[in-house]
Amino acid sequence: MKYIEPHAHMVSRTTDDYEKLALAGCEALCEPAFWAGFDRSSADGFFDYFRQLTEYEPKRAAKFGIRHYSWLCINPKEADDPGFAREVMSLIPQFLDCPTVLGIGEIGLNKNTRNELAIFEEHVQLAVDRDLPILIHTPHLEDKLKGTRLILDSLASFSKLDRGKIIIDHVEEHTISQVLDSGYWAGMTLYPESKCTPNRAIDMLEIYGTERLWMNSACDWGHSDPLAVPRCALEMKRRQHTPEQIEQIIYQNPRRFLSQSPKFRL
Amino acid sequence: MPSKQELLDLQFIDARHMLINLAAFLDRIDRHPGTDDYRFTALKTAIPILLESRPDRAKAVLESFSDHSTKIDPCAPFQGAFGAARPEK
Repeated sequence: MKYIEPHAHMVSRTTDDYEKLALAGCEALCEPAFWAGFDRSSADGFFDYFRQLTEYEPKRAAKFGIRHYSWLCINPKEADDPGFAREVMSLIPQFLDCPTVLGIGEIGLNKNTRNELAIFEEHVQLAVDRDLPILIHTPHLEDKLKGTRLILDSLASFSKLDRGKIIIDHVEEHTISQVLDSGYWAGMTLYPESKCTPNRAIDMLEIYGTERLWMNSACDWGHSDPLAVPRCALEMKRRQHTPEQIEQIIYQNPRRFLSQSPKFRL
Repeated sequence: MPSKQELLDLQFIDARHMLINLAAFLDRIDRHPGTDDYRFTALKTAIPILLESRPDRAKAVLESFSDHSTKIDPCAPFQGAFGAARPEK
């Protein structure tokens, strides 16, 4: 079974995980820039991180026959300090022409502050100016509903925006319809304790259809499972979804969205 | 799409397991010393939603745990999230 893992933080994972992904049929994965679990002390830390995403991880993945792509930004948690965030953002343009950088992400909100919103909008403008796809993180737990509404309101204020090139990630039952009804793609993240379980994600597929949805593991340094997508595919099979329906959500959909970047190839 | 019977065959034991775990958690909090907080209150507020006759209980539970405030603070007082909205001070 071939599939695409459209959201994984491999800098936090072992080489053994790459092997497991390859054995499970992963052909390509995408790594958005994110919070390292602690705040970095300088913009130089991000420079090194962007080099890791664009130089080192593609080579590590290639050893297992997996194509590795990345998205760049300063994550919302560290974007609450606008001065620092802008210093980091000034580093991004020099990496955008790298052959494996697909777009801007995962930008978004964390605690739904004005500072976070300002930096979010500056990232969106950067993407619009360069006609790049955008991957958006929605906040955790109790902050997700309010944050999703703020993100949608903010995006609506941009006059030149191709909504089909934007994916709003980590949707759950209380945010998915707002995202899809607004014309964006939606991502469902399969986590053991938060976000979606496989069965809840499959419920949403059954209710909302598969037109503009993908699933991801968002595996990182926390409780997460790099094989969450193939495990969910197995659950889909147990729930009598056809092989074609399964391939649609775990392979064809991510391929369709990601192919909007001319750099994405399988 | 599987029938109700097929879904029960597939998932009843897991649902039963999760419900007993929740019941035991409520017992555990009651049994232990100290005071609970807004998270426990939020949990007990959400539980009755499970027995409502509606097609979107998961959505309603998530909404009951959500921050419904409209105020936007300039900056964040802290970085994390705790699973239930803190009561307004």
